[in-house]
Amino acid sequence: MSNRGGFHIDWPVVVMYFALLVIGWMNIYSATFSEAYTGYFDMNQNHGRQLVFIIGAIVLILIILVLDIRLYTLLPWPVYALSILSLIAVLLFGQKISGARSWFTIGSLAIQPGEFAKVATAMALAKYMGAIDFQWKKIRQRFTALGIIFLPALVILPQPDLGSAIVFSAFVFVFHREGMSPIWIFLGVTLGVLFVFSLLFNTHILSIVLAMPFLLLMYKNRKGRWAQWLGVLILVVGFVQSVDFTFNNLLEDRHRNRINIMLGLEHDPQGVGYNIHQAQIAIGSGGLFGKGYLQGTQTKFNFVPEQHTDFIFCTIGEEWGFVGSILLLVLFAAFIIRLLIMAERQKIAMYRIYGYSVASILFFHFTINIAMAMGLFPVVGIPLPFISYGGSSLWAFTILLFVFVKMDAHRKDVW
Amino acid sequence: MDRRFFLLTGFILAVLLIFSARLFYLQIIDEDLKLSAENNVIRRIKDYAPRGHIYDRENRLVVGNQSAYDLMVVPSQIRDLDTAAFCQIFKIEKDELQRKLLRATTYSRLKPSVVIKQMMRSEYVEVQEHIIFFPGFYFQRRLLREYLYEGAPNIAGFIGEVSETFIRNNPGYSRGDFYGVAGIEKSYEQILRGKDGVRRIVVDVHNREKGRFQEGIYDTLPTPGEHLTTTIDIDLQRYAEMLMTNKRGGVVAIEPSTGELLVVASSPTYDPSLLVGRQRNQNYFQLFSDSIEKPLFDRALLAEYPPGSPFKIVNALIGLQEGAISPNSHYSCGGGFRYGRLFVRCKCGTSAPIPLKTGIYKSCNNYFCQTYKKIVDSYPTAQEGLERWSSYVRSFGMGEFFNNDLPTGRRGHVPDSSYYNRIYNNHRWKAVSTISNGIGQGELLSTPLQLANIAAIIANRGYYFTPHIVSHIGDQPITDPHFTQPKRTMVDSVHFEHVIAGMFEVFQQGTARLAKVEGIDMCGKTGTAENPHGQDHSIFMAFAPKDNPQIAIAVFVENGYWGSRWAAPIASLIMEKYLTGEVQREALEKRMLEGSLEDEYREQAIRLAERKAKKNNE
Repeated sequence: MSNRGGFHIDWPVVVMYFALLVIGWMNIYSATFSEAYTGYFDMNQNHGRQLVFIIGAIVLILIILVLDIRLYTLLPWPVYALSILSLIAVLLFGQKISGARSWFTIGSLAIQPGEFAKVATAMALAKYMGAIDFQWKKIRQRFTALGIIFLPALVILPQPDLGSAIVFSAFVFVFHREGMSPIWIFLGVTLGVLFVFSLLFNTHILSIVLAMPFLLLMYKNRKGRWAQWLGVLILVVGFVQSVDFTFNNLLEDRHRNRINIMLGLEHDPQGVGYNIHQAQIAIGSGGLFGKGYLQGTQTKFNFVPEQHTDFIFCTIGEEWGFVGSILLLVLFAAFIIRLLIMAERQKIAMYRIYGYSVASILFFHFTINIAMAMGLFPVVGIPLPFISYGGSSLWAFTILLFVFVKMDAHRKDVW
Repeated sequence: MDRRFFLLTGFILAVLLIFSARLFYLQIIDEDLKLSAENNVIRRIKDYAPRGHIYDRENRLVVGNQSAYDLMVVPSQIRDLDTAAFCQIFKIEKDELQRKLLRATTYSRLKPSVVIKQMMRSEYVEVQEHIIFFPGFYFQRRLLREYLYEGAPNIAGFIGEVSETFIRNNPGYSRGDFYGVAGIEKSYEQILRGKDGVRRIVVDVHNREKGRFQEGIYDTLPTPGEHLTTTIDIDLQRYAEMLMTNKRGGVVAIEPSTGELLVVASSPTYDPSLLVGRQRNQNYFQLFSDSIEKPLFDRALLAEYPPGSPFKIVNALIGLQEGAISPNSHYSCGGGFRYGRLFVRCKCGTSAPIPLKTGIYKSCNNYFCQTYKKIVDSYPTAQEGLERWSSYVRSFGMGEFFNNDLPTGRRGHVPDSSYYNRIYNNHRWKAVSTISNGIGQGELLSTPLQLANIAAIIANRGYYFTPHIVSHIGDQPITDPHFTQPKRTMVDSVHFEHVIAGMFEVFQQGTARLAKVEGIDMCGKTGTAENPHGQDHSIFMAFAPKDNPQIAIAVFVENGYWGSRWAAPIASLIMEKYLTGEVQREALEKRMLEGSLEDEYREQAIRLAERKAKKNNE
């Protein structure tokens, strides 16, 4: 072990990690709790299996921490290649579970290679962008970096697993940190807002309203760069006008429905809107202090589908109330910010980039998952890290996190 | 710190802020979600209140409750169903079972549906031990009516399951409830029904029970319906029904001093238990579609017959009150009433002038035609005279609803002057044009109940209490003045003794002398009513004893030839049984019990069918 600079594990992040695990397991227990089964290690129960997954995660942590740090600079490419291969393999030989071909099943164990692909991609990206000669300004390198994240996303998409694919866009924050102009993020957010507005309001009126400031700018610059603003105007209006077409012709029904439900354009609490309606009922019924642990009626009696996985936040909202939910949100935010602070203190570019990748991925998962449970985002099935039930996601996130913790522990190493 | 650090950190804090605001809205502000949550998990289950019992006047239980069992199925829980064994054990056709299961599955795979409705206890004990071999099936207990007597179905009436239309019009009911469809069950529905309790149970998303909500502190217990004590003497009722076996018609008996109905018998009758249990629909359809015997038609309350000769008593009373006749007015009958070309035949067989008393016990048509003519003619115009006469008749409870506690009834018919103006299309008709009214024929119609009430009026010497069927609600006697206050007729009491003397002689030497009972002073009047359907109806109206009367009765036997042939003996047997508790005249009783008019009815049905066929051919 290369230990010249000492081995400095960042305990706050580890403590927060275990806190999240405990909260997660308690709520899985509650979500699947029934009077008939009280054993913690019942392998027929989700909470029993999750306990095994947690033990597995701890074993993984120990292995990650014990391995030589130099290994992590050697591994990224083989791991990335293996990951892409496994994603292709799962498309061909995978098990179809609830409509998506995302799993390998070995006996009773189901592994979701998509979850691990995030780790591989983060490592590969850090390795590539952490190289001494990497510069974001170099177009070729920029596109190679983009290619590294697009490749797994493209292979995941046909499973189909839109949610996991979307998560790969989390890397824009990494790019931003390494030199990408914030304009692109601003643009992305703007387009998202425009998309929603186009669905909510009449597109023609919206086009006129949006055109006004640009016309004003063109008038002000009538002797200068008016053509530039005209171009932006055409793009904006064109985008707004194309939303209807995109929405109605390019998206699938289920996506359309979910977006409509989220925007309140469609009300169908018994049909396609059932999930999100029940989820909001569960969260809303929690009130200020919640119904108390194991007292939730909505989640316990299976009103919320997927309540132990993607909708685990409903159980928390119902049983812990406003106060408990806010505490969890704050814990999560603190956890991610702590990771960012850790990333910033790295002297080695690869470690910093990897740290940013970890924080960005967790941020995306956290935001989308909870926004979805609260009806702020269309339903896409992605888990809440460390909290949701599931072996693949727990192990993948644990590896993702602790590889960084390992890197961080060696930050004072002198190479 | 690199300034680029703050972009993502800013995003994180922004998301944290948005989420907190959203949580605040969902968990603190929006109250609807909490309500939805309750509706999600709490099912309100009805605890059906047992309906009140129905007793007769001697506190004998007539209608009670019994448990029945609905065989339910939850389709998703069915495992390896052995259809053949199932059909054999539960006595159900394979086709029907498959149809029921398909319907249940279509309705809901997770919610229970009924497979077999209302298995009675006897069927249930035979099959209930087998139920464990059929996962997905279970029994659900329900309370049904139990009828302790095989007859008197028209007294209590019956209950049925509410229809969607009924629920829409009656907000207090929901699917699966029973309600009174006929009889007392209908008219006293609100009292018998009680108040259903509510159990709140917690259910999961599949509607499976998960226990009581908050240990049941919000649950309410069902309040059982109140018991009713009727005025019916169920033994006497059954006796009347037995006497009427194989005859069609109605018997109504009233306690004159109270207006309490002792017997309301309609024949043919049926066993009310037919309308309970698994075969209910089939049985009901059978009774309903019997268009010849019409067992569901309550002849005692609904059948409108010409009252015939008993109505002569009413005319006599009106005549006495109006001064048109006196007890000593004599008329001589020459075989009928003659007026111009008009002739009303009479079979009284007298030729010398006879007084009122003889007119009554010989039932002289001429005497009462003369009386009627005199009543009407004592007014300037026939219209006025008839109006006067008509209002007298109405004061006897004819031509009007009683508005009592029986859910059905008929007006009968009392013609007034506008009726004849319409019939004759002018105002030039005379008393003699309506002479049939004098002998209770023609346009007059009365139900057995109305005629029994007239008997009660005569027994009371001039007043009646609205006939009613319930005397106590719970322990409380009824207080409705409509039932407890006497209603006077327009005829003074003094005139009644004269007609009663005549009615007494009917049993001594008149038309009903063969129905006389030693030791009981009975008063009555036979009737033989012509009718357009066929053979004359046999009618009898009576009360007894002559002084301090206990029972007033009217008997109609359809197509029973003449009054003394069926109606008078049956009425006298019922009165004898009621007054003495037993019947001495066994030979007469046997003859009445076994006597049948079925051949007569059959011939009549054939004649009717032939007439119809002929009509169709033309």
